[in-house]
Amino acid sequence: MSQGSMAQAASPSVAVDYNMDVVRWAALATVFWGVVGFLVGDVIAWQLAFPVLNFDTEFLNFGRLRPLHTSAVIFAFGGNALLATSFYVVQRTCRAPLYGGKALPAFVFWGYQLFIVMAAIGYVTGVTQGREYAEPEWFVDIWITIVWVCYLAVFVGTLLKRTEPHIYVANWFYLAFIVTIAMLHLGNNLAIPVSFMGTKSYSMFSGVQDALTQWWYGHNAVGFFLTAGFLGMMYYFIPKRAERPVYSYRLSIIHFWALIFLYIWAGPHHLHYTALPDWAQTLGMTFSVMLWMPSWGGMINGLMTLSGAWDKLRTDPVLRFMVAAVGFYGMSTFEGPVMSIKAVNGLSHYTDWTIGHVHSGALGWVAFVSFGAIYFLIPVLWNRERLYSMRLVAHHFWLGTIGIVLYITSMWVSGIMQGLMWRAYDELGFLQYSFIETVEAMHPYYIIRATGGLLFLLGSLLMVWNIYKTIKGDLRNEAPIGTPATVAAE
Amino acid sequence: MLLKKHHIVEKNVFVLILGIFLTIIIGGIVEIVPLFTMEQTIEKVEGVRPYSPLEQAGRNIYIREGCYNCHSQQIRPFRDEVERYGHYSLAAESMYDHPFQWGSKRTGPDLARVGGKYSNAWHVAHMIDPRAVVPESIMPGYPFLAERKLDFDDARAHLETLKMVGVPYTDEMIEAAKADLYLQASEDAAYDDDFLARYPNAATGDFDGNPAELTEMDALVAYLQVLGRMVDFTTYNPQMNLR
Repeated sequence: MSQGSMAQAASPSVAVDYNMDVVRWAALATVFWGVVGFLVGDVIAWQLAFPVLNFDTEFLNFGRLRPLHTSAVIFAFGGNALLATSFYVVQRTCRAPLYGGKALPAFVFWGYQLFIVMAAIGYVTGVTQGREYAEPEWFVDIWITIVWVCYLAVFVGTLLKRTEPHIYVANWFYLAFIVTIAMLHLGNNLAIPVSFMGTKSYSMFSGVQDALTQWWYGHNAVGFFLTAGFLGMMYYFIPKRAERPVYSYRLSIIHFWALIFLYIWAGPHHLHYTALPDWAQTLGMTFSVMLWMPSWGGMINGLMTLSGAWDKLRTDPVLRFMVAAVGFYGMSTFEGPVMSIKAVNGLSHYTDWTIGHVHSGALGWVAFVSFGAIYFLIPVLWNRERLYSMRLVAHHFWLGTIGIVLYITSMWVSGIMQGLMWRAYDELGFLQYSFIETVEAMHPYYIIRATGGLLFLLGSLLMVWNIYKTIKGDLRNEAPIGTPATVAAE
Repeated sequence: MLLKKHHIVEKNVFVLILGIFLTIIIGGIVEIVPLFTMEQTIEKVEGVRPYSPLEQAGRNIYIREGCYNCHSQQIRPFRDEVERYGHYSLAAESMYDHPFQWGSKRTGPDLARVGGKYSNAWHVAHMIDPRAVVPESIMPGYPFLAERKLDFDDARAHLETLKMVGVPYTDEMIEAAKADLYLQASEDAAYDDDFLARYPNAATGDFDGNPAELTEMDALVAYLQVLGRMVDFTTYNPQMNLR
């Protein structure tokens, strides 16, 4: 193919004029929105422990802040992490600058921030479609569609301009993420506005069809936004940081196609034992269980990339973030199929177990792999020798990890306990607990969870400080990690 | 072997995009399309009707405040749920719900059949200060609902839009939309045969203890009071839907 011969011609020494401005902005936006998302998340966690924190006001109540939290974390933090890394990775692996000059990528970035701000204002003022993770109303949906088409154009345009013969595996995942999110977004947001001057619209679908459309979208927001895109990150940054090739090329091919094929089917497991027809539930469960395999295929491919480089985990906390992320990915992609089994779901559904599961994925996988990528990128993007402090990264890692462990273990206990209390019978055959008794029993776990969230938030503030000092050009005078403290004192 | 041919996909962006698209479209088509075409997806059942304008206004407030974040409206066919909340939910009961509000979390109890379970006065007191009636409750207070005038004078436009997406509002219902909005919260509604024929089983009268004004609280309570009340389960026979 002609592209092959082009690659022969392009020698590695030829400098490419990469567009790194937009990557820098998106990296900073990732950190900013991350802190916002974690902060709001911890606020609403405390609200569940102490309802007085709702302040009886409409703008700060749990019902309006919870979508703000979920969207800030998924779309603002996660979305910007994906923008930053996809724009970086596609340029470096294609050895070509971004398509669309300076203007189109800049429009994608700023258009995306405008989407975030419009959505956030909507949540706080009660402008919402009432569909989880798809709350923005019709006019915001139209805006993000325009931005997304431009994003696709920049990404595909850059792939077409590549001077490398092959499209690198990370880009397959980014591309699948962009294409699939476009389809899901359009399918799930079909609605008719009441008036073109107003904000309110009504979904084209109702009841059972609406429910499955929503969870077809909702589960694949997890599958493609929070998984496929971040696997792209894994496939670039882990080999790069570990300085080892991806463990298995064949496994990445199988991983990719199997994952994107199976994920789409898994949505109905959010609707077990509801009025959704049984055949659809069973189909959703079956595919969710099968999904375990490609998920672990990906985990193995990520972890085994460290073959021969495991010792780096001792001295490099950035790599530690990425590898721990893959570990959490493996854990939550095992927990997910288990929870999709109808008998298990009968207990876990509607309880905090689901919330814990989501956070082992969102905090452990999505946030950790993003932190790793951001810590990798910041010195590269600002031409710094290294991060301000590796020890701060290590502290961030441990604060985050302890926070996650507190979070998910407390939610396991509260979720399973609540599920069991709901179905408990006394010796006379009556329901043993009133609903409110099960709420009361949650109180200590809600405090533990909110404390875990607070630790996670504190860790992210260390990151903010570290990044600020790195960009400023400061280097903390510290001994490298792995050397004994006594030696460092010299 | 297929893996050996993969370089074709890796070297051609459009083949890759096409491959991705074909791979991701299958699952959705197989699972979602039959829901629209198979007759047995939604049971045949008497009594499910479109929401009255006041109920629909209340439903929009329910969505606006994000109640679905903590309350489900979907009772599963388990012994404990049926005893706690009532008959398991039927697909037909949410056939006019745009959007559905089945929910995914029960931080608070299921509301699919909360209609008629508590008095209007209880709901109002509970919304204003949940801990005044349920001391252990962790629900936020919504006192502002009782103070704010309901803004739904464009009820007609809402009903027309809902008709466009498939809710069988009649011309008569659309014609009377705004009048019905106010009528339902007045004492006259209980004696208005036309209104009751349009919206059987609707709760009527003043809801929020303040007959002088139609507030958001009136609308929300009217909505809560109709939840689960449309189908008469003393006459419902699931065998009728077997085929």
